[in-house]
Amino acid sequence: MMGKYGTILRTSISERLIYRTDFFVSTALRFAPIITTILLWRAVFAGAGRAELASYTYHDIVAYYLFSTLGRAFSSMPGLATGITRDVRQGQIQRFLLQPVDYLTYLLMYRVAHKLVYYMVAFVPFVILFSLCRSVLPGWPEPERLIAGLLSLLLAFLLGFHIEASLGLLSFWFLEITGFLYIMMGVNYFFSGHMIPLDLLPSLVRQIADVLPFRYLAYFPAAVFLGKVSGAEMWRGLLTQTLWVGVWVVCSRALLARGLRRYAAYGG
Amino acid sequence: MADQAIITVRDLRRHFRVFQKREGFLGALQGLFRRQYRLVKAVDGVSFDIAEGEIVGFLGPNGAGKTTTLKMLSGLLYPTSGEARVMGFVPWERSNEFRRRFALVMGQRNQLWWDLPAIESFNLQKEIYAIPERDFKRRLDDLTELLGVADLLHQPVRELSLGERMKMELIGAFLHGPRVVLLDEPTIGLDVVAQATILDCLREFNKQNCTTILLTSHYMRDVEKLCDRIIVINHGRIIYDGALEGVIERFGRFKIVRLQFRGTTPPRNAWGVRGEVVDYRPPVVCLRVERDNVPALLHEILDQAELDDISVEDPPLEEVIGEVFTSTTESVVTA
Repeated sequence: MMGKYGTILRTSISERLIYRTDFFVSTALRFAPIITTILLWRAVFAGAGRAELASYTYHDIVAYYLFSTLGRAFSSMPGLATGITRDVRQGQIQRFLLQPVDYLTYLLMYRVAHKLVYYMVAFVPFVILFSLCRSVLPGWPEPERLIAGLLSLLLAFLLGFHIEASLGLLSFWFLEITGFLYIMMGVNYFFSGHMIPLDLLPSLVRQIADVLPFRYLAYFPAAVFLGKVSGAEMWRGLLTQTLWVGVWVVCSRALLARGLRRYAAYGG
Repeated sequence: MADQAIITVRDLRRHFRVFQKREGFLGALQGLFRRQYRLVKAVDGVSFDIAEGEIVGFLGPNGAGKTTTLKMLSGLLYPTSGEARVMGFVPWERSNEFRRRFALVMGQRNQLWWDLPAIESFNLQKEIYAIPERDFKRRLDDLTELLGVADLLHQPVRELSLGERMKMELIGAFLHGPRVVLLDEPTIGLDVVAQATILDCLREFNKQNCTTILLTSHYMRDVEKLCDRIIVINHGRIIYDGALEGVIERFGRFKIVRLQFRGTTPPRNAWGVRGEVVDYRPPVVCLRVERDNVPALLHEILDQAELDDISVEDPPLEEVIGEVFTSTTESVVTA
């Protein structure tokens, strides 16, 4: 007896596996920009003629970039918001009004399946990438740091899911949400620390980034793995990350409840 | 009837405000500032009761309010006003108890996982509705046999034909043994054979499980075959509710008079205003005659000509219903 959400998970995995070839190719292609970004940083350091930029050496930057990419592999949600838009617009959402299934939990299970299949495929290129770059990486983290790091990746997944789902649920009010999505993508890319480490930002911008939830999508997990935060500060960070997850869970739940009420009031 | 009714509907109304887009660029620009709306009364004061185990056909032209009514009864839409109870539940409160016991099938909507074999979707249904293994097995076997799709269970849904897919949809809807099933155009776009199979299955399921079925259709065939009772809706109002045969009583303004002459058959144009010739194959002439004029006409013919045979029949139901749809009758009739 797997329970209904377990079965949704299993069914989603078998569905994702149907497109494994396409998935394999696109996953492999997604690794190409990583190489170019590493080369870009090399050029930046060469051009600057300095060994360090705001306490980051070239090696630090590459290591940071690898770990923030790992964070993004957990927190990015390709197609989640647009999928919700499609469900709302084409009326598939009705299924979740008719059947005793919770839409957000369903989407979460579907996303977990999506990610699991992705990791299965992306595992090999990630291992290759990390082993090629092992000279720039710090050594294996001690158990406490490893646990904290894995936890922060898991929380990054949950946070990314609920932020993107909330955005998608705006489709109940707006026919078109691509505008919002573009803005969010930019904000996310910048303030999550995916573009550049947040430490490199001017202090005012840095202060803004620190109070936003996006830093927990890429910067924070990387900071944990790289030993930029430790001990009490590290666990406080995890606690804040958990609180942000809570905030966005509440937000997406409220949007869904209100959205469904509106849907039933205005018709699909 | 009211105390054993499984569905009760009282003065149900649903009005929509529809945004009117003005023509052209300037119109669109104007629309940004001041929007014009039109009020559409999709359902405008509908009342009926349905007893457990009944199969009721919901008839009406496109836009009559059939689907809107079904959507309210399944909890997808709030009404503007009025009441409804389905198995004692207010549908739009959408309690899990309610949702476990009913099903809505929409002919143009897909509930199955497109890329997976139907059986995977069914296994999922089993978990979602917590269907006991034995019931699941029995119903699946019964339904696949009734519909003749047992060998298609393991084929991805996207590879099935429209008819096969609809049959699978139907199985998905019946697996959890709902007490009330609402079907919106279940046979739309299907060939005659697939239609017949689906109708047989519905009747069988109704007989075996006393399932209450309410279906909309604009195919007369569906209704004639399946329903003892029909509700005709037009412009958001019920214009007829009662036995199928009663429709003709109520709305059939014409009779078909079939005459077989002995000797010379009068020419085609001999009938003038007394009746419209719908078939002229001497010695047989078929006339469409207003009901009130039939006795006088028969009297006259019998006086003047010699006949081998004579019969007076009702026109086909389809024709009568068609007339009801096109007439803008405001009178609300309940049988």
